[in-house]
Amino acid sequence: MRQVAIYGKGGIGKSTTTQNLTAALAEMGRKIMVVGCDPKADSTRMLLGGLSQKTVMDTLREEGEDIDLEDILLPGFMGIRCVESGGPEPGVGCAGRGIITSINMLESLGAYESDLDYVFYDVLGDVVCGGFAMPIREGKAQEIYIVASGELMALYAANNIAKGIQKYALSGGVRLGGIICNSRNVDEELELLTAFAKELGSHLIHFVPRDNIVQRAEINRKAVIAFDPACTQADEYRTLASSVENNDMFVVPKPMHTDRLEELMMEFGILG
Amino acid sequence: MLNHTPNEVSERTGLVVNPAKTCQPIGAMYAALGIHNCLPHSHGSQGCCSFHRMHLTRHFRDPVAASTSSFTEGASVFGGSANLKTSIKNVFSIYKPDVIAVNTTCLSETIGDDLPTIINESEVPEGKYVFHANTPSYVGSHVTGFSNMVKAMVTTFSKKEGPCNGKVNLIPGYTEPGDMRELKRIAKVMGIESILFPDTSGVVDSPMTGRYEMYPAGGTKVEDLVDSGNSLATIAMGTFASEAAANELDKKCGVPAHVLPLPIGVKGTDQLILELIKITGKPVPYELEEERGQVVDVMTDTHHHFHGKKVAIFGDPDHVIAITEFVIGLGMKPIHIVTGTPGSSFDRQINAILDAANIKANVKNLGDLFTLHQWMKKEPVELLIGNTYGKYIARAEDVPFVRFGFPNMDRSVHSYFPVVGYKGALRLIEMISNALLDRVDRDAADEDFELVL
Repeated sequence: MRQVAIYGKGGIGKSTTTQNLTAALAEMGRKIMVVGCDPKADSTRMLLGGLSQKTVMDTLREEGEDIDLEDILLPGFMGIRCVESGGPEPGVGCAGRGIITSINMLESLGAYESDLDYVFYDVLGDVVCGGFAMPIREGKAQEIYIVASGELMALYAANNIAKGIQKYALSGGVRLGGIICNSRNVDEELELLTAFAKELGSHLIHFVPRDNIVQRAEINRKAVIAFDPACTQADEYRTLASSVENNDMFVVPKPMHTDRLEELMMEFGILG
Repeated sequence: MLNHTPNEVSERTGLVVNPAKTCQPIGAMYAALGIHNCLPHSHGSQGCCSFHRMHLTRHFRDPVAASTSSFTEGASVFGGSANLKTSIKNVFSIYKPDVIAVNTTCLSETIGDDLPTIINESEVPEGKYVFHANTPSYVGSHVTGFSNMVKAMVTTFSKKEGPCNGKVNLIPGYTEPGDMRELKRIAKVMGIESILFPDTSGVVDSPMTGRYEMYPAGGTKVEDLVDSGNSLATIAMGTFASEAAANELDKKCGVPAHVLPLPIGVKGTDQLILELIKITGKPVPYELEEERGQVVDVMTDTHHHFHGKKVAIFGDPDHVIAITEFVIGLGMKPIHIVTGTPGSSFDRQINAILDAANIKANVKNLGDLFTLHQWMKKEPVELLIGNTYGKYIARAEDVPFVRFGFPNMDRSVHSYFPVVGYKGALRLIEMISNALLDRVDRDAADEDFELVL
């Protein structure tokens, strides 16, 4: 069983990429569980055809600690098992603790003991506190993919996430599997991301071009592969899926100093 | 003091009044004291550690040493990693334990400190050990904390590395050192070699020698914890406190887990001894037959004291389950039964016992003493059994009260004697019958004041 965590700047398309990627892996016959680690609980919407999932935290709050796996684990597109950890409403409580509780709950309920090929964790934004690092701690996710684009802030966040990975990689087994570019149609984006990934000691695992069909599929609450299996964007996700499946480059990232990051931007983004 | 408790029970969701449980780390700390030369360490603010030590000290009337990561504002922002690493270094150089058993606190759990990584990165001297249990108090109770720490002993130490050692692992549950001594004695008179863990006998009931020993002679040795992976079987006493560790040992080292209720009363002790016979094939020695026969004799002699008496029972789940079975065996009727620890298996286990005896009762897990008191007002009882906190209800309702379970902070010497085994059963019968008969004497009119009862 491979456990994979997806990180990246807020709004970069982690949830969209994760759902489309897992849909493509499911199409290849893989057995997958997706664990949404975002209080907004929108990490499995396209797989489930809507925000129909009751979150672990809501279930805990309403039904107490005696809950069954079926209460929090719903089958979605092609049998992908979907969990949303959920969390507090904006501005209150501790979302990080929610993630710790959810993952411990999944473990104690035996969610990891079945015949899974993949577990994907879709984690909110930056690694801001201990709770958001939960998926990469204690031998859980072994590989991480960072979703980024050619925008400075996305790379800045990606570099910061690499620092978090480096911290946990030194003591645990977690490794960076690569950078996924979710294109924003920035100038020289492919070159920039390739160079950025190389500088981190990793590689650009796939460049997902921008295509409005992703948004159309999203509005229809479907993964691209479910919405229009024949479109070229579906093939892009299939390529991403097979790249992840066959990936053999797992590294401890070497995050850059901010100056070097900005230099890289100048080199490709502006002067390039 | 509790004279204003209303009779009518009203629905409450957000409020607990006089809880029947306490913090996870108290149980974790107590379990950790059951390892030889071990210093419990509280990863959190100083106040947590002080309270936990104090609570244990009040119960055992023995010093309970523990260190703390001493969190401040800085630690809650930046995480407790630096504090724990410094603590580990200082504790080994100043207090020189063999083992540091770290329990977390609500604050470190909410920060999300990654204990395995921090411990991994810490300087641990050769031949010394640091291990941890996650013990957030907003989950479960002190019994959960005990269970988590005992399970952590298995995950940290137990190894399957040689031929079977022919021993039986005994996990005694959240019991007194007197109970642990009794369990070891029972195994010994049966000619069975046992590894009992955790073992707080000789630690929190250590003798006065005139010299302060930070680490008294008792406690399970690390090599025995390691060896527990080579044992014939594990007997876990009490599902709430001991089952998790036994299952882990089964999973990790393939040592079969036998889960029993706490061996309190004749039936409970019989179950333990039958299980030991099943595992080892040893016969029951005359010594135990004699003890059992004595208990049965006393039960027969005193049956009229107990018959049909209504009882209310509260406390920790494993203890409450076992004593419920026992008082029914004595002919009493438990009608209100509460534990503060959450878990629907409590209701299931209690209801199975009640159904077999055809008794109807109020049963609640995650209950509080306020609810128990209200039930007692609605349907009065003739005896209350529970920990020290029950004394307020006993006074308000003028009901005889037998102190049983943790904590017992207003009576002493209890930790030196067992409630488990046939010896424990005899002791409990004496305690219960004294409480009932003292009341008979107190309330008797002069003309009914009998010499012989």
